[in-house]
Amino acid sequence: MSTLIEGLFNGFSIGSVLLIAALGLAIVFGLMGVINLAHGELMMLGAYATFVVQNIFKPLGEPWFSLYIIVAIPIAFIVSAIVGLILERGAIRFLYGRPLETLLATWGISLILRQFVRSVNWLLFISIGVFSLLFFGGMELIKRRSDWERIKNKVTALLLVLSGGIAIAFYSILSNNLALTKAWFSTRNVDVTAPAWLRGGTDAFGFQIPYVRLFIIVLTILCLIGVYWFLQRSTWGLKIRAVTQNRTMSSCLGIPTAKVDALTFALGSGLAGIAGCAVSLLGSVGPNTGQNYIIDTFMVVVVGGVGNLLGTILAAMGIGVLNYLIGSGTLALMFTNIKAPQAVLDFFFFFATSSMAKVMVFALIITFLQIKPAGLFPQKGRTAEL
Amino acid sequence: MSQLGRRKFLLYSSTGILASLMLKGCASEGGGGDTAADPCAGGANPCAAGDGIKVGILHSLSGTMAISETTVVDAEMMAIDEINAAGGVLGKQIIPVKEDGASDWPTFAEKAAKLIDQDKVVTVFGCWTSASRKAVLPVFEEKKHMLWYPVQYEGQECSNNVFYTGATPNQQIEPAVDWLLENKGKEFFLVGSDYVFPRTANTIIKEQLAAKGGKTVGEDYLPLGDTEVTPIIAKIKAALPNGGVIFNSLNGDSNVSFFKQMQGAGLTPDKYPVMSVSVAEEEVRQIGPEYLKGHYASWNYYQTVETPANNKFVADFKAKYGEDRVTNDPMESAYIMVYLWKQAVEQAGTTDLEPVRAAAVGQSFDAPQGKVEMKPNHHISQTVRLGQVRDDGLFDIVWSTEGTLDPIPWNQYVKETKGFACDWTDPAKGEKYKA
Repeated sequence: MSTLIEGLFNGFSIGSVLLIAALGLAIVFGLMGVINLAHGELMMLGAYATFVVQNIFKPLGEPWFSLYIIVAIPIAFIVSAIVGLILERGAIRFLYGRPLETLLATWGISLILRQFVRSVNWLLFISIGVFSLLFFGGMELIKRRSDWERIKNKVTALLLVLSGGIAIAFYSILSNNLALTKAWFSTRNVDVTAPAWLRGGTDAFGFQIPYVRLFIIVLTILCLIGVYWFLQRSTWGLKIRAVTQNRTMSSCLGIPTAKVDALTFALGSGLAGIAGCAVSLLGSVGPNTGQNYIIDTFMVVVVGGVGNLLGTILAAMGIGVLNYLIGSGTLALMFTNIKAPQAVLDFFFFFATSSMAKVMVFALIITFLQIKPAGLFPQKGRTAEL
Repeated sequence: MSQLGRRKFLLYSSTGILASLMLKGCASEGGGGDTAADPCAGGANPCAAGDGIKVGILHSLSGTMAISETTVVDAEMMAIDEINAAGGVLGKQIIPVKEDGASDWPTFAEKAAKLIDQDKVVTVFGCWTSASRKAVLPVFEEKKHMLWYPVQYEGQECSNNVFYTGATPNQQIEPAVDWLLENKGKEFFLVGSDYVFPRTANTIIKEQLAAKGGKTVGEDYLPLGDTEVTPIIAKIKAALPNGGVIFNSLNGDSNVSFFKQMQGAGLTPDKYPVMSVSVAEEEVRQIGPEYLKGHYASWNYYQTVETPANNKFVADFKAKYGEDRVTNDPMESAYIMVYLWKQAVEQAGTTDLEPVRAAAVGQSFDAPQGKVEMKPNHHISQTVRLGQVRDDGLFDIVWSTEGTLDPIPWNQYVKETKGFACDWTDPAKGEKYKA
């Protein structure tokens, strides 16, 4: 009995990591149809936000330090949401309905974000600030002129070159200042330590349950409740659902679709930030952290069916439990107990290693998608074609 | 409407390109964390242009491996700067030519050919992963050039064109297994990343355990970079319900997840000691000493080794790169190999490849880890030390060999290579002969 509970618990804990990572993508990809390859990098930013909060709390001493993770969750959400908002306003909104371009653009963004984290320092930060101030500030000023529409293109090009030039000059003048050019994080991975009350585990059911896993499961459930409440019970949620179902009609009825898009994307990105905070307790935090999760998250959303939270939940849990049962050899043992033929046993023991379990899960998912190409819960009606 | 959008898009993408150019500029300046100092500046004898000796430095300065490989570049640059400050080699300054392998194995091969053909370097210091070494090997063999390789590896290779200053399995893995059998238990669980080094290492360990009365109760491999270790931990618990030894050859990010989740699952070092072969001071810092305290590692060098040479090495390194930096085994090997090459050049009196190759064998150097000597099989003799992680993230040395161990590149526990050896000083013997 306890083995069964342990197996289920372990499967669910793998599933909850998948789910929390995929939740933001379920909104961005599922509801908006944006293939966001930078989703992993938004997680990575959340993880780095956790690292920064941890370092701020470290000097405060014990009673405060153990609470840093509670503060880190909203901060990670806000940081990733703001970056998501900038991405949506700055790039993705021009690419709605063009999946291939979105894919390339977000992939490029993910590369930029990764390199940004590696090389960011005060000087780079200030230079980008100077550039934004000059460029966007200048645009705002010139927009007030009456002949704006006519001179728009020339002015933009000129401003771009001028403010770019000034920012680069600024950078190269100050680049000898060591205090300014010291990288914030550098290329090395950084270390996020779980507070003392999250280390270790409890023996409640006859096997060790790690506190971190419990924490992530609870966090996942809270996020799910929050997202459900927001989408189903709030005014903005209603608007989001309306826009997803029929953009043109919603627009006609006076729903500000552009604002809704921005909000939805920011929400999805913010959830990625929370996921980043959660996985920083389990694994490493580095520029490549997001890459470890991006494939799994897409897999979950695709299996779950686009635009359906329940599907995402079931898919994440299903993949988690399956991965555990195959990878840990539990399935192989079960077949030994029921005295299955030797060939079947050999087959399952062959797949009972971590790398081979992945192969098997992938194969199963491909088979599944052959039978149900639109996932567990396909969207019905006209929206399905969008 | 669409026309307008497209224009705007063009504008924004050009902004993006500009921004990424800025980023790239910064990366090439700041990414490596060091810039090659002008070898002619401040040297004892001022040198005219073209009057230096060019050496190649070929490591990943970008990509996943950059984390580790840039630290090795730092150590190599420090050795070169020290030699230059002391007057250089044969009265000439060393000019390092850095190339970025970008964590991409074909790029390594390309850049190696570029260093040799275009830059006309006299030797190359480089590579970290076995995959990158295997990728550049044909280039060095074809051009009969010279590579110095600083990282512990799985052995089963002995090229005339490579000098290996990292440990072979008998200088790292085998003593660790012997010590564990004697002190920690007979039952071993093997965990590794899924590529050539851990697989070969675990083959060796399994043979060794079978020969010495130990038992392999299970083994599992994680794909490189995978962080979900729950199934492995469940397997360890099932295979070793009352505790036992875990031998860990995971590499990179998986280590972080592994140790964090081991602790969560209640596998503590008193019952489940983990012996790692890819976790050194730098990695401990990134994983967090809280998670690693009490676990073990096997290396030839630790920052805490007590020798006068090491005190100087650590002090110099911190003075050059910052108080918060640590030194580790691959860095020390990288530092050693620059000096061994310098001594070989001085003994040969020329930088020509063949005389230097012959002179390199037999060179000994008072390294931070103790005395090392280049053997006829192009590997160096080393002291083996087992360390236990302590609170501050450095290692307490719990065991070490009396003297140095000679390198054995062809493993004696693996059937295919049992009884073979390598000797490049004797033309009749060469790469692989029956001893």
